[in-house]
This record gives sequence, structure tokens and C-alpha cells, in this order.
Amino acid sequence: MLAYIVRRLFLMLVTLFGISVIIFVLLRVVPGNIVDILFDAAGYVDPADKANLEKELGLSDPIVVQYLKWIGGLLHGDLGYSYVSEKPALQEILPRIPITAKLAGLALLFSASIGIPLGVLSAVHQGTRLDYALRVVSLSGLSLPSFWLGLLILMASVSMLGWMPIYNPNPQTWAEAFAIYCIPAMAVGFRSAALTMRITRSSMLEILRQDFIRTARAKGASEASVNYHHALKNAVLPVITVIGIEAAFLIGGLIVTETVFNIPGIARFLVEALRWRDYPIVQNLVMFIAVVVVVVNFAVDMLYAAIDPRIRFGD
Amino acid sequence: MRSVRALAVAVLCWLSAYDVSLAEQPKSGGILKMYHRDSPGSASIHEGASYSFNVPFMPVFNNLVIFNQHVAQNSVDTIVPELAESWAWSDDKKKLTFKLRNDVKWHDGKPFTSADVKCTFDLLMGKSQQKFRQNPRKSWYDQVNDVTINGDYEASFNLKRPQPALLSLLASGYSPIYPCHVSPAEMRTKPVGTGPFKFVEFKANESIKLTKNPDYFRKGLPYLDGIEFTIVTNRSTAILGFVSGKFDMTFPTEVSIPLLKDVKSQAPNAVCVVEPSNVSTNIIINSSAPPFDNLDIRRALALAIDRKAFISILFEGQADIGGTMQPAPAGLWAMPKEILETIPGYGPDVNANREHARKLMQKAGYGPDKHLQIKVSTRNIPIYRDPAIILIDQLKTIYIDAELDVVDTAQWFPKVARKDYSLGLNLTGNAVDEPDQSFYENYSCDSERNYTNYCNREIEKLFDQQSAETDADKRKKLVWEIDKKLQEDVARPIILHSRTGTCWQPYVKNVTVMSNSSYNGYRYEDVWMDK
Repeated sequence: MLAYIVRRLFLMLVTLFGISVIIFVLLRVVPGNIVDILFDAAGYVDPADKANLEKELGLSDPIVVQYLKWIGGLLHGDLGYSYVSEKPALQEILPRIPITAKLAGLALLFSASIGIPLGVLSAVHQGTRLDYALRVVSLSGLSLPSFWLGLLILMASVSMLGWMPIYNPNPQTWAEAFAIYCIPAMAVGFRSAALTMRITRSSMLEILRQDFIRTARAKGASEASVNYHHALKNAVLPVITVIGIEAAFLIGGLIVTETVFNIPGIARFLVEALRWRDYPIVQNLVMFIAVVVVVVNFAVDMLYAAIDPRIRFGD
Repeated sequence: MRSVRALAVAVLCWLSAYDVSLAEQPKSGGILKMYHRDSPGSASIHEGASYSFNVPFMPVFNNLVIFNQHVAQNSVDTIVPELAESWAWSDDKKKLTFKLRNDVKWHDGKPFTSADVKCTFDLLMGKSQQKFRQNPRKSWYDQVNDVTINGDYEASFNLKRPQPALLSLLASGYSPIYPCHVSPAEMRTKPVGTGPFKFVEFKANESIKLTKNPDYFRKGLPYLDGIEFTIVTNRSTAILGFVSGKFDMTFPTEVSIPLLKDVKSQAPNAVCVVEPSNVSTNIIINSSAPPFDNLDIRRALALAIDRKAFISILFEGQADIGGTMQPAPAGLWAMPKEILETIPGYGPDVNANREHARKLMQKAGYGPDKHLQIKVSTRNIPIYRDPAIILIDQLKTIYIDAELDVVDTAQWFPKVARKDYSLGLNLTGNAVDEPDQSFYENYSCDSERNYTNYCNREIEKLFDQQSAETDADKRKKLVWEIDKKLQEDVARPIILHSRTGTCWQPYVKNVTVMSNSSYNGYRYEDVWMDK
């Protein structure tokens, strides 16, 4: 087990190193840099001013030097300065992480708390009207883009309630605080819940046909005990995998939701930073997201063993 | 009975008059909440070239002089003093002297003096040790030799030749006075001004906050306790936010004509104003390479444009046709209709124009069996892309098959600068309705913002002639002549001049939207809220 963990940690480091190289090179392959954008905003191009600014920002250094400066700084906790705001990158990124984390966490919670029970319900009542209705809901969840759903929610809120749940850093009431996070979380988590529900349903259907389920029923176990204790426990592994993948995917899904609900989280910030070619912000944010994804994957793998005692992490 | 009625009417009249006078009495307090369409690159107005900078940061500063904030049409007659108490031209019109106020303090408590005026313009003219990262309006001061000071409260602009337009340029929202003691780098992140509002914070992509300056030199102003801009890049969310009452005001001149209908239907009490914005939609032509190095093809292009179709499709009829200068009545320098219609392509018979254009194309070797293949490059932004698509459709009528080439913002200027395009669809905003700004910036041979590198030394002589002309009527005639020549030369064919909407909640008072500039009307010192 220890050897497995050490190996995984080593692989994580290699993965992160690979990602750092890829993102660094890709950013510089994409045409245009911050200086082009700044001059675009100023409405003119002056080659001499442009060269001066590139030098000032260190963009005229060889790419290897730029990479080493970044990684060296990163190892010392210095993430550099945002080219746009001219503030330390850490100062720009840190306040946005809890916002996105809350949103992603709530979306995942919504996804799991809706998707798993409904998936079980749908499987247990296979072929009934309830099953068909739930399958329609799950299909619609998979087909509705979250930005469209978000806009629909905003429009409905404005026309029906005369109020809209867009972000406010200082919510006045408990209800407002709830709404500004939960409604966007539901909009983005709906697709994820639909996926979880379908995976839970198919996994449950497979398990419910197993011999040990028939045995449990023959021994007189209640339906609830059969469904939730025996079947769900065995069906949940693929669901955990999907939730793990979704956790990583959510960052992408949050970009549009953060834009529609005007939430100043890291996903929207990343897009803006990309638009401005704000390399220090993009590089560090991508690395942060990569760390989250790698750690979540690692945690999911560890969770397998906790849930299913048959799984052992051997050498 | 009659006397009772008369008494009742009199009482009602008195009551309503009393009510009106009460309603119009400015009230202090409240935070004006507005959305901002995007995150400006910095807080430094001098380093930006978009009114995304002016709207949130103009309230932080003062100019020497400014266009009267409650007269929609900016002109030299509406210029009022701000940091200057008065101004005077020398007899030879080559020296403009400002007497400055002596009761003004910077937001950090330091006194404002003439040294700050000199510092600001030395920076703008590139004469100081410190430099701006970008200096897009350096050419505005090409005719200024230097700025000299006489004591703490007098500053003079010494010109190479008379330039009556200088005063208008100084009155623009783009001409704030910066403090000597704050570096350009600090001004990008924490601007210090003398204006009615102090800068509090700018969180990129999130918000900009300003608070009332209690030491503002105009006693009793500003009325508002502060202004908060929430950066909302999604236009649907922004408009819904305004409709739901989350915002007191839309971003100025940002509501398109089709969107205005939505706003009015969902918020019928909102006050909405549609004004020309002095922004032209135009075509930039690479005349240094085939096929548009051929004057016949350029002329055919100019003849193919059906301006009314553009206006009808994009603005539901609410835009204007004109030359380089903004059309009348909002524009002060527009060519009269009878001159405009003599320019090829501006005549009312579009079919006849296109027939002429086809002949020119055939002369250049193209026809029904041999179409010219080109790309129309433009930015990947709807206000650029949409007219580009209509242009492509119209070009088909003169044997030109064009393909849309959408360009990322980061690549737009580099692409244009290296002449890697045939035709481009462009938008040009004019900060001041003033020929010097428009002609020199966009058409002068050496201007950094003359993207097409159009260069006609003969016309440039006329630029100088009109610029130095002190007789307003003579100057206007020269401006018409230049504008006509620029259109005949197909320098940068102007398709239309847009109009846009601004809306605010009925309790927001004293807002005036400028009708010939989108850059100058955001001091907001006497805006108040009847809440």
C-alpha cells in the first residue's frame, strides 16, 4: 500500500511537470501576447514602445529562461505578477479560489444528492412510468447546455420575482447568500446530476440481477435493505469514478456559469486571463487546476479501497 | 361655485409646482450602481483608447477645462473651466494660458499646482523621464512646443502654430490632469486625482469602486456617496440586472437598438436615451497590395455599398450616413447633404452605383465569369462581425466573392500593422467632434493610428491649413473639402455612424448623454438619486 502511494505521488509529480511544460509552451505558441493586447486596447502599435514593454515584462527572454524563472519562483512560492493588474498573481488568484470551490462543491453535492437516489429509484422501478419520467429528466439534463439553463433561470427570476441571483460579495440576507451560490450550482450541477443518475441506474440494474441480490431477498431482507445496503454499495464504484471525473470537468463547466451569473471565480478569471494572454495568471491557474484534478483522482482511487474491501493496492 | 373650482385648480397647481420643485431639489447620498461592459486594462485614462477607461475613471479626475456636462452637443462654446479658472489666447493665437484654481487638493492631500499640469503634458508629449506604457494620444499635442509655468497657478501651452482645436482636445474626457508625485505605474493601479470621487478599488473582471471626495473643490458636490461598477461581460446578464433593478444605470451608450426594445418592454419606467456616439463603422483597405492597389477596384468597392441596408439591418434605421466627420445635426462638422450626395457611392440610386461599379470591375479584368476572391478580416466581436457579413453579401453584386476572416483581438492590430489583409471591417470612435483629432489621428501619413497607412501629402497640407484657421466658417468649408476628398480617395470608406442607447432608472437624475462623443460625459459630480 505504501509503495503504491509513493509510486502514485511520484507519478503525480511527473504529470504536473508535464502539464507545466505543455501549458507554458502552448501559451507561447498561441499568436499574440499581452503586449499586443495592451496596444490593441490603446488603439495603435508602436514597434519601439512594444519592444520596451516586452523587455520590461521579460517576454523577450528565451523561452527556456522564462520557464525556469517561472518554475523557480513557483518553488519559492512566488507566482509572479499579473501583467494586467500588476498585482502579485497569488493576490489575484487566492480570493477567487473559495468562490469557485464553494460553487463546485455545491454543484457536486447537488449532483450526488439528486443523481444517486433518483438513479436507484429509476433502476428499482425499471419500465414504470416513474422510470420513463426520470429518464426524460436525465436526458434533458444531459442535453441542456448549462449557460442556456442559467440564462433561463435568470430570465425566469427577473420576470417572476423581479430579482436575479447574480453574485454579490456582501449578501444582505441569508436567502440571498443561499441563492447566489445554490442557483448557479443547480444550473451547472443539473447536467452532472443527470449523468450520475444514468450511471447509477445502469450500474444498479446490473447489480440487481446478480445472484447475491436474489439470495438477500430469499433470506427475507427488506426491499430498502436490498436496494440501498446490498445493491447500491456494490453499484457505487462507477458512480464514484464519474463523480471524480465530473469534479475535474466542473471547472470547465463553471466557465459559462460564472459568466452568466457574473461570479468572480477562477474559471471566468482564467478565460479573461487567456484573452489578455496574462501568462503568470494562466500558468498558475492551470497548474492549480491540474493539482486539483490529480489530487481528486488520487482520492477517488483511495476511496475504492475504502468502499470495496476486495480492492487491494498491491505492488 | 366657479370661485371654488378656481380655488381648487389654483391649489392643485400650487401643489404640483411645489411637488416638482421638491422633486428637482438635488438630494445627497446613495451609491450609483452601474454595470461595466468589460474589465479595462488599467485605471489610467491616458494609456487607454476606449471609453471603458473613461466611464469609471473620469469621475476620479479633473481637466483644465471640460465640455459642459449637461449640454449634449460638445463644442468649443460649451467648454467650461474646471481646474483652470480662466484661459486666454495670445494675440498671435500661439499661446494658450490658463489661470489655475488655488483651492484644489489631490486625493492624497497634496496641493494641486501648475507643476502637475506641466508634468501631465510632458508625459503625454514624451518629454519626461517617466514614460507611459502606451501613449495613444501623443499626436494630439504635436503642435505644442512646450508647457511653461508661471508660479504655482498659471500654465501656458506654447504652440508651433495657431491651433484653435487644442482647447477642445483639452476639454475631452481623455485629458485629465495627473499628479506629478504619482508614477504612471501607480496611476494604472491606484489612480490619484482631484475629481469628485476617490478611487477605492479595482478588482479585475469583478468591480470598480469609487467613493465621494469630501474635499472636492466644488463645495456641496458630489451628491452621490459613491459609484460602483460591477463588471458584467455577458450582455444578457447585464441587461437583466438593469431590468431587475440591480443596477441604477446601464453602461453608457452600450444598449443596442434591438436591445432597447427589450429594456423598454421589461422596465417601462426606465429612462432611455438614444444618441449618436461618434463611432463610425468603416472599411480599411490595404491599398499597398493587389487587388486594392488598383484605384478602379477601390472605387468599385465604394460604389457597391448600400448604406441604408446596413442601417436598416443593424440599427433598425437608427444610424446616420456621413463622411469622416459625424453627420449633422449632432455632428458639428458634417458635410451638407448636397455635397455628400455628389461623392461616388453616396448617391441615392444604389443600382446605378453598382452598375457603375461592375463596369469598373470589368475594366480591371473581373466579371460574371471571373470573380475576385478576397477575405474580409475583422475582429471576432459581434459589432465588427455583423457588418462584415453584410459587406460580404453586398460585394457579391460586383463580382467579388469574399470570405469572412475573423481575427482574435490579440492578433487584430499586429495583423493590420503588417498589412496581412485585403479588406478589414473596422470601427473608429472619435473622442472629440473635432477635425484635428479625426484627420490627424486616422489619415495623417505619420500617425500611429493610421492603420491603413493612407498617405496623401496634398490632403495633409489641407489638414494643417484647416487646423490653423481661426475663422470658424472658413475652417468648416475646408473641413468639408477634406472630408469629400478623403471619401473620393476611398481612404477608409465610411459605412455608417452608429447611434446607441443608455438607460437609467427614473430616480437617477441629472444624467446627460453626449450626442457627439462617447468619451466626455462621465464626471457625474452633480448626478443624484431621488430615492
